[in-house]
Amino acid sequence: MWLNPANPQLNKNGELHHLLSLEGLPAEVLRQILDTATSFVGITQREVKKVPLLRGKAVFNLFFEPSTRTRTTFEIAAKRLSADVINLAINVSSQSKGETVLDTVANLAAMQADMFIVRHAASGAPYLIARHVGPDIHVINAGDGRHAHPTQGLLDMYTIRHYKGDFTKLRVAIVGDVLHSRVARSQIHALTTLGCPEIRVIGPRTLLPVAVERLGVQVHYDMREGLKDVDVVMMLRLQNERMNGALLPSAQEFYKYYGLTEDKLDLAKPDAIVLHPGPMNRGVEIDSSVADGRQSVILPQVTFGIAIRMAVMSILAGN
Amino acid sequence: MPANPLPDAEQLLASLTDRMRPVVGPDTGLVGIHTGGVWLAERLHKSLGITLPLGTLDVSFYRDDFSRKGLRRNVKSSDIPFDIDGCAVVIVDDVLYTGRTIRAAMNELFDYGRPASIRLAALVDRGGRELPISADFVGAAMTVAAGENIELTRDANNRLALQLEKG
Repeated sequence: MWLNPANPQLNKNGELHHLLSLEGLPAEVLRQILDTATSFVGITQREVKKVPLLRGKAVFNLFFEPSTRTRTTFEIAAKRLSADVINLAINVSSQSKGETVLDTVANLAAMQADMFIVRHAASGAPYLIARHVGPDIHVINAGDGRHAHPTQGLLDMYTIRHYKGDFTKLRVAIVGDVLHSRVARSQIHALTTLGCPEIRVIGPRTLLPVAVERLGVQVHYDMREGLKDVDVVMMLRLQNERMNGALLPSAQEFYKYYGLTEDKLDLAKPDAIVLHPGPMNRGVEIDSSVADGRQSVILPQVTFGIAIRMAVMSILAGN
Repeated sequence: MPANPLPDAEQLLASLTDRMRPVVGPDTGLVGIHTGGVWLAERLHKSLGITLPLGTLDVSFYRDDFSRKGLRRNVKSSDIPFDIDGCAVVIVDDVLYTGRTIRAAMNELFDYGRPASIRLAALVDRGGRELPISADFVGAAMTVAAGENIELTRDANNRLALQLEKG
């Protein structure tokens, strides 16, 4: 096997071959991605917003679960690297005719794919695909089940570093539906690896995973207490479509206790920044005055997300 | 330690500056290639009295060996803080060898706009070209064995020096 058995995203030289999860990736690899993304940010301000790095490569967006923003930013990133992009919304095509995931992927590989961007409702699906593709094909996890969303975690790290600099002096709060959130897991792994000394997760008991403190985070059920003196507030989306009732009395009650309002944000440091992975539920997990307020960096996150995805794709394609 | 067999970089820079002076004006678009070319361009920008801000290029995203070598670590940002359209540009690099870096730099510049002209200044021309590219201004031409590399270094006092690296 040419992949590293201990971490199947790395090749034998310890270089990134697939991006499946931020868990277990060395700080050096994370920093290389963030640094490379910095160089890509300027390209979007030029007359020609493209570089020729992936010219002639075929990037397949394989979305087994609907997504607009993530799919679009991957598509833009691939196009700015001069790759050819093919978008497949699989929930409405072959799968409904009974084809297995691996058969779908094998067929696309036979069409000379170079890279698969995979979004799937089942945790681990990108690993399954990565194990079955040839050695010249790279797989990027664009969100699998409740497990991981590594490029979202990376763009959040990029955003924090852009506004706050050094991770080793920061107090970060992650607020909301941690239980169903692949974003939160990726954020916690990345923050830990990059040396963030204090990560707090804030949410109701029913929306925090059992034993989440084993990830090295502090747990707060009271949002006002949890937000005290933090530098960064990372809001999570309330995963309405995944909740089959029971976990919450109502969205209104959630907003009352865990919605980010101006008066709650006032408990954080005055220069604290507010992140949200989108799409936002205004009036559920975040108030409009905060989402559009001076501390919000939610739209820059989207812009940086393109540069991060360009960096990941170009690093993988070169390894 | 054996004596450095290479010429003094500061002297080469002085003669390169003299050669460029008659042709360069305050509106010349000076663009240094990371990293050695940027050091030289900073010095030239000052001594030649250029008023247009200095541009820098990292050609990593345009290299022709990406598919063989992958992306270099520590890629720097390219920054062209002036309008390339209609500008007389001088690209500055430390060592001119195969010409592939300059090819990549010209391709990148054209993604910023259409310059009126592009000229090339190099501190050292070591021969060995693989593309039809030549420098307009050269500090010195010299021959170096194919396995060896010339590197420009800069010390804490911003003094430049050339080092020979055996491959």
